[in-house]
Amino acid sequence: MIGLTHYLVVAAILFTMGVLGIFLNRKNLIVILMAIELILLAVNLNLVAFAGFLHDLVGQVFAMFVLTVAAGEAAIGLAILVIYFRGRGTIAVDDVNRMKG
Amino acid sequence: MIQAIAFYLFAAVVVISAALTISSRNPVHSVMWLILAFFNGAGLMVLVGAEFIAMLLVIVYVGAVAVLFLFVVMMLDIEVAEVRAGVARYFGFGLLIAAALFAEIVFYAYGAVGTGSLQLAQRVAPINNAVPNINAIGQLLYTRYIFIFEAAGLVLLVAMIGAIVLTHRERGGTRYQNISRQNARRPEDATRNTQPTVGQGVQL
Repeated sequence: MIGLTHYLVVAAILFTMGVLGIFLNRKNLIVILMAIELILLAVNLNLVAFAGFLHDLVGQVFAMFVLTVAAGEAAIGLAILVIYFRGRGTIAVDDVNRMKG
Repeated sequence: MIQAIAFYLFAAVVVISAALTISSRNPVHSVMWLILAFFNGAGLMVLVGAEFIAMLLVIVYVGAVAVLFLFVVMMLDIEVAEVRAGVARYFGFGLLIAAALFAEIVFYAYGAVGTGSLQLAQRVAPINNAVPNINAIGQLLYTRYIFIFEAAGLVLLVAMIGAIVLTHRERGGTRYQNISRQNARRPEDATRNTQPTVGQGVQL
């Protein structure tokens, strides 16, 4: 039977894949943002799985707030991406050194 | 049995499509795989009884965020060959970091299991199977978590204003309609009565 462990394994694989995506796509900021979305999906999956198997609804409510923040983050991230591309003509993360940080 | 088959199907597709999201050559294909991953993640959530969150995932992610990604990908003119240049260079390092992270997650999960069972009596909001999922979430969200809910709305408002302010651009040289100037204009300013004699034109 499917238990909590199955869900945790899937979420862990998904999370790891998101982190790997951040490292692989150093030249492409859009795919990095998608990898962050994958990470947040893994986190949501964890929250919902715990909520389901422990019979506690708070996990689902919290997953909703994570979803809200993820949507806002995607909007702001893509807006920054668009103005960055407008100014530089590239979306490679390696070249981001405007603020000399 | 059917639940197990559905779980393994959804889990396999979500993992495969996540792998293809981060490794696709074309960003448009990446967005498509991301959409598939979110659909199957929603399926996984339905299996544990979180129907509302699953529908929210489909509506918010597939309906809004993925379309936003698609717009941006198609708006920016990205060269695929240039974008893929660093993959081989970072593959080993990235794989190392990812493997270390996965090992850590598994290690600590085992550690958490080893500390003993969870205190199930201390549930914050126990699930009542007689109440539908969306109903229960609504009752919880609009009573106990109302202020956090409002704060979430504020986060979305700030994100919206921020995105508009960031991407808004004043174009130079565009001619706008000046309504007050139009309304202030009188016929005697704009027209002139002349009576030209025959054979002579009008001096403009």
